[in-house]
Amino acid sequence: MLELRNINKSFGSRQIITDLNLQVEDGSILCIVGESGGGKTTLLRCISGLETIDSGQLLVDGRPFDPQATTSEAVIGVVFQDYNLFPHLTVLENITLAPHLVLKQDMPTAQKAARTLLTQLSLADKADLYPYQLSGGQKQRVAIARALAMKPQFLCYDEPTSALDPTLSQAVKEIILSLKAQGMTQIVVTHDWDFAAAIADQTLTVTPVQA
Amino acid sequence: MTYILEILPSLLAGVKLTLAVFAWTLVGALPLGLLVALGLLSRWHPLRASLHCYVWLMRGTPLLLQLIFVFYGLPILASWLTLPRYEAALVAFILNYTAYFAEIFRGGLQAIDQGQYESARVLRLTYWQTISRIVAPQVIKIVLPAVGNEVINLVKDSSLVYVIGLGDLLRAGNIATARDVTLVPLLLVGLIYLVLTALLTLILNKVEQRFSYWR
Repeated sequence: MLELRNINKSFGSRQIITDLNLQVEDGSILCIVGESGGGKTTLLRCISGLETIDSGQLLVDGRPFDPQATTSEAVIGVVFQDYNLFPHLTVLENITLAPHLVLKQDMPTAQKAARTLLTQLSLADKADLYPYQLSGGQKQRVAIARALAMKPQFLCYDEPTSALDPTLSQAVKEIILSLKAQGMTQIVVTHDWDFAAAIADQTLTVTPVQA
Repeated sequence: MTYILEILPSLLAGVKLTLAVFAWTLVGALPLGLLVALGLLSRWHPLRASLHCYVWLMRGTPLLLQLIFVFYGLPILASWLTLPRYEAALVAFILNYTAYFAEIFRGGLQAIDQGQYESARVLRLTYWQTISRIVAPQVIKIVLPAVGNEVINLVKDSSLVYVIGLGDLLRAGNIATARDVTLVPLLLVGLIYLVLTALLTLILNKVEQRFSYWR
């Protein structure tokens, strides 16, 4: 379980997150929705350690957790809005790089796990392509596979449907729900209310603070 | 023809020195340039400021002057800084070219999307893993054309070592021209430089091709 206690975050004099309390149960899906500028992405970046929080506490399974700590344990996986795949590596290399370097898996093990993930995400025939050869939806699924390969406890998505057409949004929804069926805890930032309603167990609405 | 064969050995001896200066400068200046570039982007202000000052000095004064200062000037500052001619030339060239390469690499590093660092970070790669596995391969592709330009320049810049009395290709040609009152040696020198740069261009194109497998 991921728990946020009294989280505060501001940029300069602009308070973005104020005394936020939140619990995400294991295997559930939390959707963070709201207009742009409301701090959805900032909250996600705080949880994944890309921003520091000003005050408050994050707890994983009741124990304090510092997302910025440089342990090799990948507690939080992130699927970025524009995926941020590594352009000079093949799909397979994108996925195996971190498990090999960080989790010290040997290459055959890492590759086997990566191919299983690719098959699961119907990308089996794309393993040896480079990111520039993929469509947007395919890149996103590679990004999901890359995050999953690190065996995170929580998986975060930043605006997973923003760049996709309705059919592809449907496909992402199915991926997220099938990961949920496998027990993955997921946090999804989106401005798409319908999408959130279709997948969320719990919804957090953020509104831009009045200046 | 017989005249050409007569002076060719002395010219080729000059080529040897030209190539030695060229090769050792690259061996020293390329890695140092990368380090200085990382320093130029450091968050620690004193490091950044002093490296900017270094780059400003090296790019702001003629290489010829730097050669003279390293060879004749340093011994005046401290006697243990006295360097033999060849070593002095290498030090001056490496210092100078490191500054140029650092600026090229800095541009390349800044062209890398912030998202690449963030991806590496959430995947828990260390700083050096991020630099060596993610950033460097992308930077190399970006900077290759600019580095190639400097590499070609370096072949010709190496002729400046004459000023501290080293016998490179151009000096060998000069001596023959003065002695025999003919421009033929210098024509040959020009030809040899052309061949050298043509070979380098070929190699650089091959390297660029090797990095064209991704976009």
